Amino acid sequence: MKIKALSRSAASAQAPGSSVSRLPRNLDPDLHPFERAREYTRALNATKLERMFAAPFLASFDPGHVDGVYSFAKDPESLEHFASGSGDGVVKVWDLTSRGEIWQGQAHENMVKGMCWTRDKRLITCGSDRTIKLFDPYNTPTKSPPTMTWLGQNAFTSVSQHRSIPSFAASSSNISIYEISRASATPVQTLSWPTAIDTITAVSFNQTETSILASCAVDRAVILYDLRTNSPLHRNVLNFASNAISWNPMEAFNFAVANEDHNVYIFDMRNMKRALNVLKGHVAAVMSVEFSPTGEELISGSYDRTIRLWNRAKGHSRDIYHTKRMQRVFSVAWTPDNNYVLSGSDDGNIRLWRSRASSRQGVKSFAQRQKLEYDEALKERYKHMPEIRRIARHRHLPKQVKKASEIKNEELNAIKRREENERRHTKKAKVRRKAEREKMMLAREQ
Amino acid sequence: MTSNSPSKPPKARRKSNSQTSDAEALALAQHVDSAKKTYGRGAQIRTKSMKDKKLRSNLKSLESKYRNAALQAKNAEILLDNSAGLLEPENELERTYKVRQDEIKAGVAIETAKKGFELRLEGLGPYDVCEYTRNGRELLIGGRKGHVACMDWRDGKLGCELQLGETVRDAKWLHNNQSFAVAQKKCVYIYARDGVEIHQLKKHVEATHLEFLPYHFLLASVSTAGVLRYTDTSTGQMITELPTHLGPPTSLCQNPHNAILHVGHQKGTVTLWSPNSTTPLVKLLPHHGQVRALAVDRAGRYMVSTGQDRRMSVWDIRMFKEVHTHHLRQPGSTISISDRNLTAVGWGTQVSIFKPDLFTHSPDSAIKVLAPYMSWGGEGQTISKVKFCPFEDVLGISHTQGFNSILVPGSGEPNPDALEPGTNPFETSKQRRETEVRAVLEKLQPEMISLDPNFIGNLDLASDEQRRREKDLDAKKEDKIAKLKNKGRGRNSALRRHLRKSGQKNVIDEEKVRAKEALRAMDKREMERVKKLKAEYGPALERFARKRF
Repeated sequence: MKIKALSRSAASAQAPGSSVSRLPRNLDPDLHPFERAREYTRALNATKLERMFAAPFLASFDPGHVDGVYSFAKDPESLEHFASGSGDGVVKVWDLTSRGEIWQGQAHENMVKGMCWTRDKRLITCGSDRTIKLFDPYNTPTKSPPTMTWLGQNAFTSVSQHRSIPSFAASSSNISIYEISRASATPVQTLSWPTAIDTITAVSFNQTETSILASCAVDRAVILYDLRTNSPLHRNVLNFASNAISWNPMEAFNFAVANEDHNVYIFDMRNMKRALNVLKGHVAAVMSVEFSPTGEELISGSYDRTIRLWNRAKGHSRDIYHTKRMQRVFSVAWTPDNNYVLSGSDDGNIRLWRSRASSRQGVKSFAQRQKLEYDEALKERYKHMPEIRRIARHRHLPKQVKKASEIKNEELNAIKRREENERRHTKKAKVRRKAEREKMMLAREQ
Repeated sequence: MTSNSPSKPPKARRKSNSQTSDAEALALAQHVDSAKKTYGRGAQIRTKSMKDKKLRSNLKSLESKYRNAALQAKNAEILLDNSAGLLEPENELERTYKVRQDEIKAGVAIETAKKGFELRLEGLGPYDVCEYTRNGRELLIGGRKGHVACMDWRDGKLGCELQLGETVRDAKWLHNNQSFAVAQKKCVYIYARDGVEIHQLKKHVEATHLEFLPYHFLLASVSTAGVLRYTDTSTGQMITELPTHLGPPTSLCQNPHNAILHVGHQKGTVTLWSPNSTTPLVKLLPHHGQVRALAVDRAGRYMVSTGQDRRMSVWDIRMFKEVHTHHLRQPGSTISISDRNLTAVGWGTQVSIFKPDLFTHSPDSAIKVLAPYMSWGGEGQTISKVKFCPFEDVLGISHTQGFNSILVPGSGEPNPDALEPGTNPFETSKQRRETEVRAVLEKLQPEMISLDPNFIGNLDLASDEQRRREKDLDAKKEDKIAKLKNKGRGRNSALRRHLRKSGQKNVIDEEKVRAKEALRAMDKREMERVKKLKAEYGPALERFARKRF
């Protein structure tokens, strides 16, 4: 008779003299019952923990501006420096790590409308006093005069630096391209749509496809230009005017537009017939928008005193940030390391937020990282479950915003209902339904 | 170990030597199949016919992930430490059921032989209770006259010994070895490991059987009045009280796969209960007399029951069909199924242990009564409880004169999973504390108990369809009359019946008018048809042309 019985020595679990016990695994599903239910419970706990640890606000930069912060410029050559421009013409350069001011200067007589950094780490600012100024914040003392000044015909609204050549675009009623080395008042090149006369509010160079430029104007147009042919490419007129433009740093042909109609539109410059995506959620005009360095997400600041973070491919915001004292948000930015976002608002403060409200930056142990990854996967897997979805989506909103969104919803529904009624009482196919992504398009010119 | 190397044999080799590569491919396919069978998560989703691109690619990547996971789990099998025990005859004359305990003890290692022992506890009454903790380290025995003891049975360390001086009907370990519940004469008490009474569950009146659901932290009891009660042991709250309305219960067991409780009754029925339903989910009738004992295997596939009618019946509880039944010489009083699906049945003074082929034994086969794998007893001690020790080749038997631990090679799961809460046999106290916290955090809600434990996250297609139907208010109402018009076949036409049954005769509305019109039209058509037929049949046969209704 063959006889064999199980014998496990205690030494097989923990070698004598060692303090580490072995943890043998057996993946047989029968040993792990209630797999789904347990995973769901873990996912629910992970979601709850995520909401418990959500603390987006980190700090505000001290001392802030006296007037509202209307423009930001990140130094593309550095991870920790950025500049902010205020309504009283003061420009400050900040250090992100120490959260301190490293330079400041009185750039303009009134509002600083736009700023950008050159590749050799100098700062270009433009203002409504019809000047563009060039500062060297890293090498000159605070409050030193500009190293160069350009005078223009009209108030300037925005500047954008070319990726490779030392020239920049400034917008007023048209777009003028200046060279940094030449301080002449006449631009090297001017670009404008033949029939457009209104003020251009924002201009932005594509940093990958470097000779492409996008602008938006008060006449509700979004125009694309090509520097090589010295001509505009395409003009889209939307229902409302747009306030800001941001190119996707990873998908060079996509850009986002912050619109007055409370939405952010993402366009593909190759096919401007319809928007790629419409980001809905704000309850007042969107004042600024920026893509994250990864190109996956966006941030937008709005006149409704909130900041929203978006996933590029989803229609609703993934998070909403607000504080009691934050006023209208006019400028937002991602930090180049993708972990933080900045906001500048009417109250003169620059605020630093986490880009993921519940993430923490410190060094994590392997076990901790593994747990977080596992939790992420679980949350992703069970995100459709009603309880998990409810908890993950729940946000506290300021009363005004909540009320405003309720009213807005009601009005939108009323419009929709009215349209449906009209459609029901007209001949078939006479009044066509318009896709949500085409609705804002008023006219298209090429 | 890497999954991609076996799954993609290089193409060059296949061309050069097709003979070997065919064999290789076959072996590979078998490997994949067996991996899917043991570690897979059900049928694959067909992605090819999907129209939505994003969904299709998402599901495709998910499916490939699942496949890889199954393969890797299969490949990780070589890391398992131990293989299962066995008892095999070497020639045709040897019979495994004739092997005695002292022969087994002589044949195994000294440490293992020590696991077979005997506790002589005469005069303290029949021992109705013997329970192991989920990791098999600790043993709890209880006598009917009130003697309760718990011990680390391998080291021979006594945890506590209580003389309760009161009837003890049942006892169960809770989630770990720190506390146990005892069903006494009046109510259920919870004791700490050192014998200190921690709680008195007054609401569990006269409980006869106890069961603990470790993942839900639910202590269930069924009372002499036939009331099933669930208490959450982590919060102390009573979850539900479910009257079975079937008299005093005779047995109770849980299905470890889906946490459903099986209750055996006097009249031979077995009812299946979850705390979410006031009526039993399923009623089975395996016996003619009272159901003496019940047990369900680890994977939740088979239920074995014994009854006063001396039968032992095996049920497939996925289909709720009896697989087969066979007679014992005396009614089986207790059953236990081990992790490797060995079934031990205590009947009279004997214990028989059957191999897993008990579950698959066909009633039509030539062998009517299966020979047991092992047997024990016959020494005048009436068996009152048998219980397999998890992760050991050990069967605990309590009887009138105490407790016996016998070696049953091949019964225990050889490879425990140390990260599964509560099932690590070599758990340190620190690990025990940590797993306890984690287990409470992951406690499953009682609402999650259902016959299919994996229903969570499934789509509720039925109510979705209903909801959609309700949502679509603009949908055209189906025209009743038009539907009835096409139905007139027999003598009693549907239209006519509709008219007859559609309420008052004196009320004339649009619908009725339409129905009458339709009926008239149908009549007319019929008359024409008859006329045509008459012409066709000729004068001799025209009487056979008839109206159909």
